[in-house]
Amino acid sequence: MYTNSNTLYLSRDKDFLRRIKTAKTGLHFLMAAISSMFLLFLIAYILRSQVSDWEALSQPWQPLSDTGQLWFNSALLAVASIALEYARRSIKDLDNSKLTRDCMLLACAATVAFLIGQLLVWKKLAAMGFMASSNAANAFFYLLTGLHGLHLMGGLVVLTVATYRCKRLAFELQEPLRLRTKSSIELCATYWHFLLLLWLGLFALLTGSPESYAAIAKLCGF
Amino acid sequence: MAYAEDAEHDDLHQPRSFYAKYIWSQDHKVIAIQYSLTAIAMGLVALVLSAMMRMQIGFPGSIDMDSTAYYQAMTMHGMIMVIYLLTALFLGGFGNYLIPLMVGARDMVFPFVNMLSYWFYLLSVIVLLCSFFVPGGPTGAGWTLYPPQAITSGTPGTEWGIILMLVSLIIFIIAATMGGLNYVTTVLQARTHGMTLFRMPLTVWGIFVATILALLAFPALFVSGIMMLLDKTIGTSFFMPDMFSFGSQLEYQGGSPILFQHLFWFFGHPEVYIVALPAFGLVSDLISVHARKCIFGYRMMVWAIVAIGVLSFVVWAHHMYVSGMNPYFGFFFAVTTLVIAVPTALKVYNWTLTLWHGNIHLSVPMLFALAFIVTFLVGGLTGLFLGNVVVDIPLSDTYFVVAHFHMVMGVAPILVVFGAIYHWYPKITGRMLNDSIGKLHFWITFLGTYLIYFPMHYIGLQGMPRRYYLFEDYQFIPDSAHSLNAFITVVAILVGIAQLLFLFNLFYSAFRGKPSGGNPWRAASLEWLTPDTPPKHGNWGPSLPVVHRWAYDYGVPGQAEDFVPQTASAELAPVHEGDKNQ
Repeated sequence: MYTNSNTLYLSRDKDFLRRIKTAKTGLHFLMAAISSMFLLFLIAYILRSQVSDWEALSQPWQPLSDTGQLWFNSALLAVASIALEYARRSIKDLDNSKLTRDCMLLACAATVAFLIGQLLVWKKLAAMGFMASSNAANAFFYLLTGLHGLHLMGGLVVLTVATYRCKRLAFELQEPLRLRTKSSIELCATYWHFLLLLWLGLFALLTGSPESYAAIAKLCGF
Repeated sequence: MAYAEDAEHDDLHQPRSFYAKYIWSQDHKVIAIQYSLTAIAMGLVALVLSAMMRMQIGFPGSIDMDSTAYYQAMTMHGMIMVIYLLTALFLGGFGNYLIPLMVGARDMVFPFVNMLSYWFYLLSVIVLLCSFFVPGGPTGAGWTLYPPQAITSGTPGTEWGIILMLVSLIIFIIAATMGGLNYVTTVLQARTHGMTLFRMPLTVWGIFVATILALLAFPALFVSGIMMLLDKTIGTSFFMPDMFSFGSQLEYQGGSPILFQHLFWFFGHPEVYIVALPAFGLVSDLISVHARKCIFGYRMMVWAIVAIGVLSFVVWAHHMYVSGMNPYFGFFFAVTTLVIAVPTALKVYNWTLTLWHGNIHLSVPMLFALAFIVTFLVGGLTGLFLGNVVVDIPLSDTYFVVAHFHMVMGVAPILVVFGAIYHWYPKITGRMLNDSIGKLHFWITFLGTYLIYFPMHYIGLQGMPRRYYLFEDYQFIPDSAHSLNAFITVVAILVGIAQLLFLFNLFYSAFRGKPSGGNPWRAASLEWLTPDTPPKHGNWGPSLPVVHRWAYDYGVPGQAEDFVPQTASAELAPVHEGDKNQ
């Protein structure tokens, strides 16, 4: 159908643009659904926090009064997000394929490190006797961080495939492969930025003071 | 429409093996049929359960059914009908089949995810059905699954039934999300040349907005399902308060059952419109085609669908008046509930005005469409009663509510399902459904459902409580109410059996029905203009259709035919005034 390689690339570029636009629309709706879910969790959290048995984990005598580990984890996720943004920008230029690959590997590593960091916080809480069944505040912490982690793990599957493609791209510069990789990286970058923002929101919520919860609850009319 | 230009060159990857074609199919039409057949099978299960309940209510003790089995049947009937039949059929069935054909696409934009959506749905169905066979049986908590009773001893199915129900719902929501992402993205991205948003048939608009509602409202059920599952399995106290059960204190503390109700109904009310909006869209198309007239107030109809969708998120607490709330909140939710009647009434007026001076063909799809308008009106009007706090509180736990929601949420959408199947069956199979059997099926179903649900309003006003297993020895219930219940049961069983006519017609006509040709109803919308009937993989042959007008050009003066297909150019026939896009 196509007579020369330039036309072929042009056609593939158009095809790529169409597919990325479609995938992005799908991703935006997925992020809207995920946002809806976490927003409802937020409302449930605030409402439940107004019952007298609630023991906020951020109180001075509670484990999350020291947020060092959580800040460290947040930094790891931010590194992953920034690395993906670099990858997204660098793949526009074919000469940068090695930089793209390194950024992707860094994003993967930082994400895995974030998940391990979150598990360490879980382990610390459990070791101190803060089980999900002992207080609703603990249960929410496990539930919200767990669900956030699961969403990240889902993205990690796509990120791993994209990283593998990047690795191949560093050795064989193929236009179709570059376009497919570019598409995956764009989607991953958007998704990671979203999950970073979501995590920062959750972080603020889970370590907020009882007074903040009471103020929000009052504002909502609870 | 850059998408369409590029999509024309896509390789179609024709499936070759039997498995790729019919089992692990990524073709939207096959997935739609898989969804529909599974949903109809589930509907039959729920129908049998309702027949068993009716036997117990009308003729107590006539079948071997204790109170446990009654509550289990009631719960499973409700949940299956609302989620696993209606939601799955409207979005998974009609959405999958009609969206790509009506917008002129070759398939959904993410076919693999679409296939996964069906298999996740099937998995959710299997998990749900497994609950009939586990120790303790399925949950009998009522379809609303209110805690604390849903997971506390004494309620049927608290061993495994409730766990399987919640797991099944969570899987269903994942399936619905995967399907939903496909529907909205296909509508927004994959429309063919000339198919602007305001040229789409109202069916697509209805399904599109309903899908957005589903994507935003199902998370509420997901959230409440997960939290209740954790309350049940690992002993968290999200919803479970301090309480005693059978004389001993449970280990729960501080949970809020009302929180569950808010979350459940934040999903539950949009769910009504997740079912109703596709029905509105489908019935608009049926009426226009079979009255041979353009839909009245197309743009108003679109904006009414959008307005109903938005408003459906701010009315949820009208399901909770009896749970108690701040009177100002009650006032707010009563007002929003009554306001939603405005765009809804607008749709009813527009359907009626479409019929006005139309060339009405009383075909089977049209009969069902007309029956829908009447039924929806009746159900909607009783909704206005129940939307008011002071009327709702005394009526809330009576058969008046059962009658209301069965009319508006049960019978009305099912009438559309039947009408739509009679209408689009020729496109799906290439054969017509038998007309005589269809009319018999219609009259028995239509008149039968009125004989069932009209008396229920009456016995509800008499104060007859709903959810009761046995009505013996209640002095306030007159004998006439018992007689009416027996009458309702007889009619319900007859209507249930009459559905066999439909099933017979469905399978018999697939092989022996009269060949339909490509466009038996002489309809103008795109799905009737495919080169093959049933449409082949890829739908449109080598090139995609080009759209020049809306889908409602019927009775255009000076034309040889009384309809102008959407693909006819402006030179062939003037573009109708209702289509403002030219």
